[in-house]
Amino acid sequence: MKSYLASRFVVLRDQERCIQCRVCVRQCGYDVHACDQEAGDVYSSDDRCVGCHRCVVFCPTQALSVRENPLSYRANANWRPEAIEDVLRQAETGGVLLTGMGNDKPYRIYWDHLVLNASQVTNPSIDPLREPMELTTFLGAKPEAVTLDPETGALGTQMPPQVPVDVPILFSAMSFGSISLPAQESLARAAAEAGTLFNTGEGGLHRSLYPFAGNAIVQVASGRFGVDPEYLQAGRMVEIKIGQGAKPGIGGHLPGEKVSAEVAATRMIPIGTDALSPAPHHDIYSIEDLRQLIYALKEATQYSKPVGVKIAAVHNVAAIASGIVRAGADYIAIDGLRGSTGAAPKVMRDHVGIPIELALAAVDTRLRQEGIRHCVSLIAAGGIRNSADVLKAIALGADAVYIATAALVALGCRVCQMCYAGKCSWGIATQNPYLTRRINPAIGARRLANLLRGWSHEIQEMLGGMGINALESLRGNRLHLRAVGLSDSEMRVLGVRPAGE
Amino acid sequence: MRGTSTRNNPYGDGKVIDACSIFGVMDVTGRPFSGDRAIAAIACMHERGNGLGGGFAVYGCYPDFPDWYALHVMYMEYDVREHVEGYIGGHFQLHLAEPIPTRHVRTISDPPQLWRYFVSTTDHPLAGEEPDDYVVQQVMRINTRFRNAFVFSSGKNMGVFKGVGYPEELAEFYCLDEYRGYIWTAHGRFPTNTPGWWGGAHPFSILDWTVVHNGEISSYGTNRRYLESFGYHCTMETDTEVVAYAVDLLVRRHRLPIEAAASVLSAPLWSHIDRDSSPRSTLLRALRQVYPSLLLNGPFTVIIAHAGEMIGLTDRIRLRPLTAARRGPLVYLSSEESAIRLVDPDLDEVWTPLGGEPIMTRVLAPGEGLPGPQAAVRPLGGGTR
Repeated sequence: MKSYLASRFVVLRDQERCIQCRVCVRQCGYDVHACDQEAGDVYSSDDRCVGCHRCVVFCPTQALSVRENPLSYRANANWRPEAIEDVLRQAETGGVLLTGMGNDKPYRIYWDHLVLNASQVTNPSIDPLREPMELTTFLGAKPEAVTLDPETGALGTQMPPQVPVDVPILFSAMSFGSISLPAQESLARAAAEAGTLFNTGEGGLHRSLYPFAGNAIVQVASGRFGVDPEYLQAGRMVEIKIGQGAKPGIGGHLPGEKVSAEVAATRMIPIGTDALSPAPHHDIYSIEDLRQLIYALKEATQYSKPVGVKIAAVHNVAAIASGIVRAGADYIAIDGLRGSTGAAPKVMRDHVGIPIELALAAVDTRLRQEGIRHCVSLIAAGGIRNSADVLKAIALGADAVYIATAALVALGCRVCQMCYAGKCSWGIATQNPYLTRRINPAIGARRLANLLRGWSHEIQEMLGGMGINALESLRGNRLHLRAVGLSDSEMRVLGVRPAGE
Repeated sequence: MRGTSTRNNPYGDGKVIDACSIFGVMDVTGRPFSGDRAIAAIACMHERGNGLGGGFAVYGCYPDFPDWYALHVMYMEYDVREHVEGYIGGHFQLHLAEPIPTRHVRTISDPPQLWRYFVSTTDHPLAGEEPDDYVVQQVMRINTRFRNAFVFSSGKNMGVFKGVGYPEELAEFYCLDEYRGYIWTAHGRFPTNTPGWWGGAHPFSILDWTVVHNGEISSYGTNRRYLESFGYHCTMETDTEVVAYAVDLLVRRHRLPIEAAASVLSAPLWSHIDRDSSPRSTLLRALRQVYPSLLLNGPFTVIIAHAGEMIGLTDRIRLRPLTAARRGPLVYLSSEESAIRLVDPDLDEVWTPLGGEPIMTRVLAPGEGLPGPQAAVRPLGGGTR
């Protein structure tokens, strides 16, 4: 069927600069560029371009640029271009529209309406280059109180397993399958170097990454891919994945063409079969079933590591989180409306769930009201873009945050939202060995560790500016936040005052 | 009643930023003495306050009623007293109710009504097994339910006397020359974001715990929200309150020794804990993991007192001053050495504690000898500097 869709981008080639070297032809995963074999000229097919800039960055003579196609529709506030094009696309395919990465709709980004505090006069700000500035965070359940042995005065409390991280920033779940092995290895190496954790996602842990298992959160999802005793024993923490911010309420589907021999071995499924993660866990139909799985995993790991639960932020997230605490989870990861994905129905990604800022504030408040906040660590995910977002999340009540999009961007990702296509020119969201080879895990790890290092320094500067020398003194400290341009009801949910008050 | 209402914190900021002078003196033999030294010493540091708050805590001041809780209540409105007295009568056994004796001082204007009630919980049907818990609960209820009434002292055989004015003026106002105690702590206040109100002056107190504080607690929001989940309501709108409640939670309810509580409030650095190979590092690590929300961050020095004990503590990087001194049975803690020298020129020793290093003194057990040089120091975590 003839497609009625115009191309999204226009590739501009400066013919004076182009030396027909064919780098662009080789770099593009989407076959935008091609070479006329007879004439030797390089030309471009604009309609295939996803705007990922791979060719632009690698063109040795800077002959290339990519522009959004300046195609104009008759102005219409209701029938905007995206609405028209989605209809055209479905009319041609009859299918569910797929997309990748996080929600791109202009829902309010609360981070951008929250501002941080700083010291002036009455208390000195602290210079992190001269004074200690502690970011160490311990993840895991805490007892309500410390008790001492009455005779020896030594610690009497049996502490639940505690996992320290040097920075409160963890790499969120991205499975081998959804991303390439070199991309995942980059995350693993960076986590080890920066003293934090990466998350295997629901795809198991590849044999080559077992040396980094001490920095791995091993995920147990509804498909149970790659889960065996060795996997559970190897990880630093275990995470039960209930939901994902990009697609709350539905499962996952890794198409068979991405299930290479290595992916198949890691997921423990036959090569080339679709890896289907059901929407619910078929052994969890209620909170008491979740409790059974949490304790099954604790038994399997001899209560030696925290077992957490990841949920998507949905309307009654506070009550759900309370139930999860009471079910025995050691941490809860909450993934907000803007959380990313390798593939999701566009309609789910763009319309289901609530923003992480509101969800996090509501959960933290609720758990404190119930006196059970100490029973879990809270990890906020979905839409953390920079160190200020991290600090604001911690001031709202998070113990740590997950980042995924930011990490992939550090590896080159341009958030083109085509992950599901498996053609990623940056070698991230693909299993094509020609493409995945272009990520060198040592260099990828360097880029990621640099990012964490930069953010850590910025967090230390901001903390010092507030006159605080340990991150824990900002945790849940909403007095250090003020709102700009939010309604009373939004400020009530966030628990912050308006700026100026 | 200008200067006495909670609404005098027009910024609704939840905490008061202030700088201050603090002073404490204790006789480790438990022998009561007059307040002359404490009053003269805090007056010596007049410049550190601005006349918007001062106060004293006196331990051993009610020797005739050692077993009754002494509730000191300030009433900012005339009509609230009968309601509160009805509540107190209904929830305690009331043994004595009287106005707190005061005298006219020219510079102290519009004081609230100040009353004290000697009460007990014995045989009270509502009191339950833990009378201290019950008293805390009732104090919180009165302070949150009754507008313009505040219980500002609730311990046994001790009392807090505080208000708006310079501390030496308040000593005159409260007739403190007529009291004797074995611990005196004192405070002169320099609030910077409120006009000062009577309830916001120091010391802060719950049961017989009192805190005088110089500094600003930047972790206030964290500390406050943590304490709220244990039923403590920070009604006084100042960050010092959280210190009193934190100590009450750690020492009385969680039964930790005061050394452990000090290493929660002024926690050793992780790098120090990791370097420490002794068994106590296990305890220090657990304390910091369990009570991160009670770490007091920001510049502060506090003198915490309760029956038989006085503790001086600074923040971990010692952003506010504290000097300790000793002569015979007397132990001094002060913002400035000059104040100690003024009232006791002939000291056995004077020293400056390290950041985060608690100075702890307690009444000696019968037959116990006087402490040796710097023997008051019994840190669990050690200082950071």
